[in-house]
Amino acid sequence: MELSAQEDTNRRMLRARDEMDRRYAEPLDIPHLAAVAHLSPSQFGRVFKQVYGETPHRYLQRRRVERAMTLLRQTDRPVTDVAWDVGFASLGTFSRTFSNVVGCSPSEFRARHAPVAVPSCFIAAWTRPREQAPPVPAAEQATAPGTAVSEKREDPDAG
Amino acid sequence: MTNDSHITGIHIRAVPVLDQDEALDFYTTLLGFEVRDDIDLGFMRWLTVGVPGQDTSLLLELVGGPQHDEATAAQVRELVTKGALGGVFLVSSDVRATYAALVDAGVEITQELVEQPYGTDFGLRDPFGNHIRISQPNGASSDEVQDAYDAAAAGG
Repeated sequence: MELSAQEDTNRRMLRARDEMDRRYAEPLDIPHLAAVAHLSPSQFGRVFKQVYGETPHRYLQRRRVERAMTLLRQTDRPVTDVAWDVGFASLGTFSRTFSNVVGCSPSEFRARHAPVAVPSCFIAAWTRPREQAPPVPAAEQATAPGTAVSEKREDPDAG
Repeated sequence: MTNDSHITGIHIRAVPVLDQDEALDFYTTLLGFEVRDDIDLGFMRWLTVGVPGQDTSLLLELVGGPQHDEATAAQVRELVTKGALGGVFLVSSDVRATYAALVDAGVEITQELVEQPYGTDFGLRDPFGNHIRISQPNGASSDEVQDAYDAAAAGG
């Protein structure tokens, strides 16, 4: 298959985006995602944004928030558990990011929305929150090469 | 309401592909489709495949025909490779076996097997970026699926 340079780049960025969609609940870092896309860590963030219009960190935030919206809507799990389930390391970061992306708190969202019954890929695609507010402060983002793109921190004591 | 349209089924659904030989190999060798038509019309290769025993076919349509100018064709190719176009939804009689076989074959899995109120399914991509979802329904009706979601929401 002959792909143009841009199409090949798109395809590799899609693999990295799929990796975030698939492993959103795990700690993800730029070197890993860059390796999936066969790019250097220093290139990855810039190229991802060129293809999809947002940073990998912001995409992962929206993916996690979309999953949190589903769990809040479809289950009665405590908000703290939902935050952890979708990859956030703290309730505070989750609540702040959720409110930033969705425009209301997780609890308010749960109170307003009923469950839906369609394949999860449609729920994921159609409930993914659009960019509507400035991203969380840069200090909370970690997209530089060699740093985590995920809010969830590795447990240094884990075996 | 009567069916005044007289439409009786979905016959062919076009899937944009960037290489018809590669598409043919993916959909037949990996997904088990059969070739319905492979006809050189001169102006295009009419290539359709389908699931054995089922009527609907997929037209593996090469992006870049004369209906699009070069700039538009490039845009469509961009959208395909970005994963931004639609998808194909398939049904399996043993979705776990299908999943295992496709994982072994190195297919790009976008979502691992997941239990849903309506059955079990997973997602993947074809070589070009098109989204495919394969499901094994559990026979639940729409009302039963809705009830399952409602019960989960209510903590039942």
